[in-house]
Amino acid sequence: MTEIPEFTCDAYDVAVIGAGHAGCEAALAAARLGCETICFTVSTDTIAMMPCNPNIGGTSKGHLVREVDALGGEMGRNIDRSFIQSKMLNGSKGPAVHSLRAQADKQRYTNSMRHIMENTTHLTMKQAEVSELCYETGSDGVKKVTGVKTVSGAFYPAKAVILASGVYLNARCIFGEVSTYTGPNGTPRATHLTDSLIAAGLEMYRFKTGTPARIDKRSIDFSVMEEQYGDEKIVPFSFTNKREDIEREQVPCYLTYTNEETHKIIRANLDRSPLFSGAIEGTGPRYCPSIEDKVVKFPDKDRHQIFLEPEGEYTNEIYLSGMSSSLPEEVQIAMYRSVRGLENAKIVRNAYAIEYDCINATQLYPTLECRKIRGFFSAGQSNGSSGYEEAAAQGIIAGINAARAVQGKEGIVIDRSQGYIGVLIDDLVTKETHEPYRMMTSRAEYRLLLRQDNADLRLTEIGHEVGLISEERYEKFLAKKEAIEAELKRLSEVTLGASAIVCETLKNLGTAEIHTATSLLELLRRPELSYESIAVLDPGRKTLPEDVIEQVVINIRYEGYIERQKQQVEHFKKLENRRIPEDFDYDAVPSLRIEARQKLKQFRPVSLGQASRISGVSPADISVLLVMLQRTLRRDHED
Amino acid sequence: MKDTIAAIATGLSRAGISIIRISGPEAAAVASRLFRVGKKDALRPVDVGSFDSHTVHYGFIVDGAEVIDEVMLLYLKGPRTFTTEETVEIDCHGGILVTKKILSAVLKNGARLAEPGEFTKRAFENGRIDLSQAEAVMDLIAAGNDLALKNSVRQLRGSLRTRILAIRDEILSDVATIEAALDQPEYYSLEGFSSKLLDTVTAQQETISKLIRSFDDGRMLSEGIKTVILGKPNVGKSSLMNLLLGEDRAIVTDIAGTTRDVLSEEMRLNGIPLILIDTAGIHETADPVEQIGVNRAKGQAEEADLILYVADASEPLTDEDEMILRSVTKGKIIPIRNKTDLTVRTDEETFRAFLTRFSIAEEPVSVSAKEGSGLTELSERISELFFKGCLEADDEIVITSERQKECLNEAYESLSRVRESLASGMPEDFLSIDLMGAYGALSRILGEDADEDLINRIFSQFCLGK
Repeated sequence: MTEIPEFTCDAYDVAVIGAGHAGCEAALAAARLGCETICFTVSTDTIAMMPCNPNIGGTSKGHLVREVDALGGEMGRNIDRSFIQSKMLNGSKGPAVHSLRAQADKQRYTNSMRHIMENTTHLTMKQAEVSELCYETGSDGVKKVTGVKTVSGAFYPAKAVILASGVYLNARCIFGEVSTYTGPNGTPRATHLTDSLIAAGLEMYRFKTGTPARIDKRSIDFSVMEEQYGDEKIVPFSFTNKREDIEREQVPCYLTYTNEETHKIIRANLDRSPLFSGAIEGTGPRYCPSIEDKVVKFPDKDRHQIFLEPEGEYTNEIYLSGMSSSLPEEVQIAMYRSVRGLENAKIVRNAYAIEYDCINATQLYPTLECRKIRGFFSAGQSNGSSGYEEAAAQGIIAGINAARAVQGKEGIVIDRSQGYIGVLIDDLVTKETHEPYRMMTSRAEYRLLLRQDNADLRLTEIGHEVGLISEERYEKFLAKKEAIEAELKRLSEVTLGASAIVCETLKNLGTAEIHTATSLLELLRRPELSYESIAVLDPGRKTLPEDVIEQVVINIRYEGYIERQKQQVEHFKKLENRRIPEDFDYDAVPSLRIEARQKLKQFRPVSLGQASRISGVSPADISVLLVMLQRTLRRDHED
Repeated sequence: MKDTIAAIATGLSRAGISIIRISGPEAAAVASRLFRVGKKDALRPVDVGSFDSHTVHYGFIVDGAEVIDEVMLLYLKGPRTFTTEETVEIDCHGGILVTKKILSAVLKNGARLAEPGEFTKRAFENGRIDLSQAEAVMDLIAAGNDLALKNSVRQLRGSLRTRILAIRDEILSDVATIEAALDQPEYYSLEGFSSKLLDTVTAQQETISKLIRSFDDGRMLSEGIKTVILGKPNVGKSSLMNLLLGEDRAIVTDIAGTTRDVLSEEMRLNGIPLILIDTAGIHETADPVEQIGVNRAKGQAEEADLILYVADASEPLTDEDEMILRSVTKGKIIPIRNKTDLTVRTDEETFRAFLTRFSIAEEPVSVSAKEGSGLTELSERISELFFKGCLEADDEIVITSERQKECLNEAYESLSRVRESLASGMPEDFLSIDLMGAYGALSRILGEDADEDLINRIFSQFCLGK
């Protein structure tokens, strides 16, 4: 093999490896914060590509998108530009689990993100495979990033590098006995970077995920399926958008089911599934099992739901949600055709599983910077997460923190009480997950506070401080906040006497009479009354925006629960705010149990809070650390 | 802000005085809920926080309507205290029972049981003790926790553990059902789930409250069955006590009313731990000193786990015997006919008929304390009464530590909140908050980390997919 001559190319502040959902947010954040940023991709045609499901959001993922938006990210605005159906899931449940999900027109999603990327100041797109992470080792033994090299020998000096390689590192797509060595949808994979990362001292994992077949719309009998519509009153993902700005005609999805015949075909061919034959070594996610996994794990279920979702308006391809597989092609054909309505299905793209390399994310700080190499960040599926939204959430944080590192500022961390982003990143860097990590509302212990409806109230302040939220947007946000507080105050001050007219009105509203003077706020606590329904009793009311009313009502109605969680958060913050010095010597604490000491040395938690979440570290160990930290602190003070 | 903690500061022993220490921002407030001053029959509450700092006050500790003990209360405002926090110390009359009862009452009224070494830890954190003591403190904490864990693991063998695991498992399964439906609303529905949940939660609460009740049984096992010897003067109570103890502990004379106060001894009878309490004979008396003894005897009888009611076989039964049986309302009772070595004036049949009038079905035991006869039968009866079905039906399942009880109480309260949420029609995601609260409390009893349980359960129980 001929040696490729190396040359030095343009220097950048920040280099981003990958232009998927993590890479885009990371590159945009860094560039918008004034850093000269270069974003590498194996193909500029696949910027923000959605290689699997055609939707953005969903339970808990919708929360992430809105949080990204509140911080000044792009995903929310981009899906608002490109959705073809939108739905608020869990509408009948509590506000904490309401989740927004939209079907995207995949092409429009990709194109409009590409447009943004290509037209952002300070941001340069580059189609090239990055083959090497470059760093220098200082006299103190600390490694520091110097830039990246591409396969063509170009060295791009950079002060910070963000890995956002998605599923592309040494990717292999598999179905049946067939393996192709490509990224998703036949895109080129990245074959060199893994070795370079290992050489730099990083520990890698091999994970697996999969996708179902895409079917030609014309071959499907939709008449035997249930139609699924979007909401009439849609809610935009982005806090910058109003409903009327983005309203459009929506496209339906369809529901059908597998049956015993489908399951029989799968069972008869399990030995040819690479998942079961051992041909796949990567660890797959439990939450997104292939249909063969489901049939094996839940033998009692006689049918599984299959949702048919359009991939966009530009194409006839239909995504079969719930039926990902890696069975051989002919088995796939038989299997899909056994499903009601798919008897004549023409498969445009086969289902396949994909294996890829990612890093063990416990090697990262909660800022997403690598502990071992200063200036090196990682975000998205390369951190072992799964999902577009999880990727974007990490991307924006990595982008912000890379920029801050370049600018000599301390990194930001969203903690578990501030957002799903915090839960996601804390879980990734603190808990050793051996499978792709997906967000779930049940992972958020302060879920009542972390609602999708108040993501702006939780995070706009941070986005503004960081510099991603414009003054104009910030002013609007402050006005909203003020309006909420003012209305809560007004409702608590406007009281109704127990007059005959008031009681009569209340009776007509289907609620109990009052016997003493009662504030409107008190009345709103009654589940049978709504803000609208008590309008008759509230003539002094001004017309307020819907989002303000929503906050007011939630705050009143769930006050007890919300207060309780706020108290828990207070307790949580106490440990979270106890920082552990980076060079803390765990060996000098004899009272720590051996297992705890090993784990603490391995993880080097940044705070007592993080330490307490490491498995193998007990409350007693935390007490010991607490005392020791206090001692160190005081000694420093006395010195 | 820190919470308020409490513990017995003196260690459990039969020392003359025990101290319960309360430390934290709510110390005075907690104490005010229990501390009463004034005459015993006209007690009134007082704001402990209004006392001058570092002053001692005489009064009583009450638990609801019950007066637990006569105490001296020490009020110390921060920061001139051991922990630098507001501190209240209650000096009570020693004795394991009383001390624990006071602690219980303190915990019920807003304090949390201190972790091992926690007072010292706070003292250290607040800069009260010097650096050289830090290592010692850490060792103490580490050792204390290990010990507590070991103890609780030891106590949790067998059916208590099984019982808690079973409830915990049910709860987790219900939460997983809710969470799976929240995570995949298009795949899983929660229709009809709430009404089913109400039944489950109600049953779980019953089991838990039974476990909480068993705390008293557990206490009897670990500390001894509080056994009070009761009877009118000179029926041979003290002789019986000496016989049981096998030593001359109580002063025995022929003069009625010799025992003027309460005598207490711990002993084992065929392996059964007893706290044996001899009392003054109960009768109408004009002697004020004797009267105090009589009142104490009645008080003891009220707190007894077991009453040994002694009658004199050589004398006829009198009004005083009736008075005694009327005053006994709680606890198990074994009637004893003593002095069977003398000429019998009250035979077994008369005695039995007399007992029936007070609805006491328990077969009397005939004893001669002087000759030492009947002792074997008596001890057999005690062991039968307590360890063959007379403790809570599940005699094996007993909880013995205050910490476990506290966790069970917490689980119970969480489940109560679930029921409230169900009653007020809250959406299901609110239910899982308190269900997980109960789950966490039960996990703490088992010393287990419950972090990833829910996620694992959702995946194993439900088929989630895209």
